Amino acid sequence: MRSYLADAGVLARKDLRLELRARDTLPSMLLFVLSILVVFHFALPSGSSRLAELGLLWVAIVFTSLLGLGRAFVAEREQGLLDALVLAPVDRSAIWLAKVVATLAFLVVAEVVALPAFALFFEPVGWSTVAGVALADVGICAVGTLLAAMAAAGRARELLLPLLFLPLALPIVIGGVGASVADGSGRYLGFLALYDAIFALLAWASFEYVVTE
Amino acid sequence: MIRAERLEKRYGEKLVLRGLDFELDRGGFLVVTGPNGSGKTTLLRLCAGLAIPSGGTLEVEPERGAIGFLGHEPLVYREFTALENLDLYGRLYRVPERRERIGMLLERFGLWDSRGLRAAKLSRGQLQRLALCRSLLHRPELLILDEPFSGLDADGAELLDRELVAMRERRTILVSTHDPERVAPLASGRLALA
Repeated sequence: MRSYLADAGVLARKDLRLELRARDTLPSMLLFVLSILVVFHFALPSGSSRLAELGLLWVAIVFTSLLGLGRAFVAEREQGLLDALVLAPVDRSAIWLAKVVATLAFLVVAEVVALPAFALFFEPVGWSTVAGVALADVGICAVGTLLAAMAAAGRARELLLPLLFLPLALPIVIGGVGASVADGSGRYLGFLALYDAIFALLAWASFEYVVTE
Repeated sequence: MIRAERLEKRYGEKLVLRGLDFELDRGGFLVVTGPNGSGKTTLLRLCAGLAIPSGGTLEVEPERGAIGFLGHEPLVYREFTALENLDLYGRLYRVPERRERIGMLLERFGLWDSRGLRAAKLSRGQLQRLALCRSLLHRPELLILDEPFSGLDADGAELLDRELVAMRERRTILVSTHDPERVAPLASGRLALA
């Protein structure tokens, strides 16, 4: 277990350092999430309901995460580096875990900017929304990383990832909006936690089959 | 060490390898030759565990952590320096005395002075040298080299000749090449693909 986590740590550090060098993913995510919030601000009629505003926040989060997920395997795909990772004597699910951690880090940074921006344009977010976003991030990154690896192996990858990801992200949006607006947000937060546990386990167990040819 | 019986590999409708039989004993040196598209790279990828046979059997010993693989791509991160790339692989393979081993390989392959350069800034020949360092870093028992002379200048090719002579003593080697005469003196067998 210790060596498994050490391998995942080495790989996650590698992804974070790559981003620090290349600065490809995070600036795009930040720019996108701010742009989309500005667009929503002007597109939404004044006096719109809180539900509509929070719904748009979740749209912004899901599409921003899609941007990050789409770039999760770019280095490996363009330079054939997945071969090198698959050849290394590390559990292949550690590759998935490392990508989840790195993508999660980028998404959290984007949200650290996005949530105050949302508060500025619309209304302050409550703790239940923040908790919902945190739980949703785990699910988004767990499922999305597996799907990003599948899409990276295909030809129409830019098309494939949203087509695979968005239907699976639907429960996250339902849970997230519910946690943000419902009186009993605990029920929705529990739903998000359950989603995270089930889908993270499935993604962790099936990643090996995705990267083996 | 490697035993293939009626090995087949198919990509969709296309049959790339058909009913291939061969054996490579521990300590052997097998040269794989054949024209473009004959399946050399596919065979080497199968032996490295990077592809799955469509038919027949393929037994490879040792396991993946003890295989060194040099393919068409250098398999290094362009944004990392030569040193950082080798350090990453050294950690993943848990190479003992990693820093010393990396320093020794960089010296031996003439890359010490370029160790701080990002891989994206290295020439094709330097990248091939770095890829050789990567594939040898963990002292693999089985070395699989796909066109290892590709991209190397005369000095680099001579260096690789010397390395192959030295490695021949201690490792099992599978090499594909369009220039089989270059490695003929070292080879214990030859597999010609049609």
